[in-house]
Amino acid sequence: MPIIHQARSAAVVIDEERCIAEKGCRVCVDVCPLDILAIHEDRQKAYMKYDECWYCMPCEVDCPTNAVKVNIPYLLR
Amino acid sequence: MSANALKSEIIETDVLVIGGGTGGPMAAIKAKEADPTLRVVLLEKANVKRSGAISMGMDGLNNAVVPGYATPEQYVKEITVANDGIVHQKALMAYAQGSYPMIQYLDRIGVKFEKDGSGEYNMRKVHHMGTYVLPMPEGHNVKKVLYRQLRRLQVGVINRYMATRLLRGPDGRIAGAIGVNTRTSEFLVVRAKAVVLACGAAGRLGLPASGYLFGTYENAANCGDGYAMAYHAGAELANLECYQINPLIKDYNGPSCAYVTGPFGGYTANNRGERFIECDYWSGQMMLEFWRELQSGNGPVFLKLDHLREETISEIETILHTNERPSRGRFHERRGNNYRHRPVEMHISEIGFCSGHSASGVWVDEHARTTIPGLYAAGDMASVPHNYMLGAFVNGGIAGADAAAFCAEVDLAGYDSADLAAGRERVLAPTRREDGLTPHEIEFKTRRLVNDYLEPPKVTAKMQIGQRRFAEIREDLDHLVARDPHELHRALELQSILDCADMAAAASLYRTESRWGFYHLRADYPDRDDANWSCHTMLFKDERGRMAHRKRVVDPYIVPVAAAEMSAYHQLRIRTPAAAE
Repeated sequence: MPIIHQARSAAVVIDEERCIAEKGCRVCVDVCPLDILAIHEDRQKAYMKYDECWYCMPCEVDCPTNAVKVNIPYLLR
Repeated sequence: MSANALKSEIIETDVLVIGGGTGGPMAAIKAKEADPTLRVVLLEKANVKRSGAISMGMDGLNNAVVPGYATPEQYVKEITVANDGIVHQKALMAYAQGSYPMIQYLDRIGVKFEKDGSGEYNMRKVHHMGTYVLPMPEGHNVKKVLYRQLRRLQVGVINRYMATRLLRGPDGRIAGAIGVNTRTSEFLVVRAKAVVLACGAAGRLGLPASGYLFGTYENAANCGDGYAMAYHAGAELANLECYQINPLIKDYNGPSCAYVTGPFGGYTANNRGERFIECDYWSGQMMLEFWRELQSGNGPVFLKLDHLREETISEIETILHTNERPSRGRFHERRGNNYRHRPVEMHISEIGFCSGHSASGVWVDEHARTTIPGLYAAGDMASVPHNYMLGAFVNGGIAGADAAAFCAEVDLAGYDSADLAAGRERVLAPTRREDGLTPHEIEFKTRRLVNDYLEPPKVTAKMQIGQRRFAEIREDLDHLVARDPHELHRALELQSILDCADMAAAASLYRTESRWGFYHLRADYPDRDDANWSCHTMLFKDERGRMAHRKRVVDPYIVPVAAAEMSAYHQLRIRTPAAAE
């Protein structure tokens, strides 16, 4: 069967003003146990790439610039 | 992704530990401490800094055996009673005796426990019989402390590699494991003299009531890889029908947490605000009463704190919202929940395997040895019941030390290159397809069927339908597509989940009685049958590759339990006084 793409809302939100991924920071990407964060190739900022969040919060707590906010995924709210 | 271009590296070590959460790091630490000359490799599919069940720390020890409050004998007796007698007491005793030395060790390396003014541990009573809870209001740094110790002892840490299959030598003993990088799909073969499995619970088995695949009670990375690897390698797994099912904050699906709130005066209540269970310690019997209350006109069930003083509630909030699952506070805020004004609605979790809370695990003895020479298991995935975080540390330590001693006796075992080729082919099959079914949708369907057919109350005919549907899904794996390494990682996890679903059904069907309260409540075998089932049930892969079972006699108790004491956990419902005439 062919594969389709569907839109999802991202529970993990990155403040791009604060994110310093362009300087090489990878902390949030490194600590995520589910490996759902990535660095956007064009923007050079972190973002939530996969809707697979356990809302555990290391990404937020360990971010050196307080750029990450973990929201509870909509289905649970 | 060109499969043939993928790199495949082979490395050698003495001890390989798979899983860098709680028990795994301690196994690596204790192996190194036993023999600093050993090469110890810790393989983790996430990053050891923040992986596993305690990625954000822990708010307390649930099973601390501290002199002056409890003896190892008392603890062994309590857990024997809470498990309806089906325990390997020697393993419980090994844990109980290692409990206090491990608390002191953790304290020494920097983990903070609550102490009173004179520096004594501040123990609290939550269990039905004894006192075993030690709060950790500042327990958020456990992973940092472990990581520091791993670095200090020069344990080789390999992050973002998921172990997929174990390798065995011609004589049957362990030879190593095959791993796949979760970001590049590169292969890694680790040859080892001893392997410790510490892969956590099978927590992504049932589907949470929210329908969100990753909204599980357990860290969703803990999807049963260890159970699946042990099964395929030929190890025996014990009492899998004794599911993990927990009372949780509804929808948030995390602990509420009665162990923290209980000692402060909080309790589980029905819709009238009344207590209905005598003890909030998680046991199958407690879950049965919880489930009955949910089904009744007195449901749903709540965590009640609104009768407490402001200072007490603030203290509880500080603990619950900074430790273990800190997003609890964020969930409550958005819902408008406030412990001061209104009790918080609770519900029961999806099913899973987890010896940390119940008794479903890969069989281990008092040395953390599985039934395969050189293969160890510890933590939530090993069969020591109710072992929690401290059990993962103690039993992980036992496994590491014993593995170190085992290494002194053996050389690296050879392995069959055909096993490696088959393992590689299985992993890569989903990458060779362009169209088909995605890991997410097959996972969703498998887990939805787990809820439909395997949840208690268990019914024979329903579980058999479940088995047929899982067999259909197994055929669907021929259409599984992974378009990048991340999807391949999920595709591999899905196969662990499906293996666990099959094991849950088969194990539940084998034990034709009801036991452990709600965990193994069979509607068509409602009674406990001690004459036939006062034994462990062992599940394993037989020579022809079929799922097989056998009974294992419970070893003679080393701590006797009187018949009158054995039923203590069967009287958890609060008795309603008879109305006055």
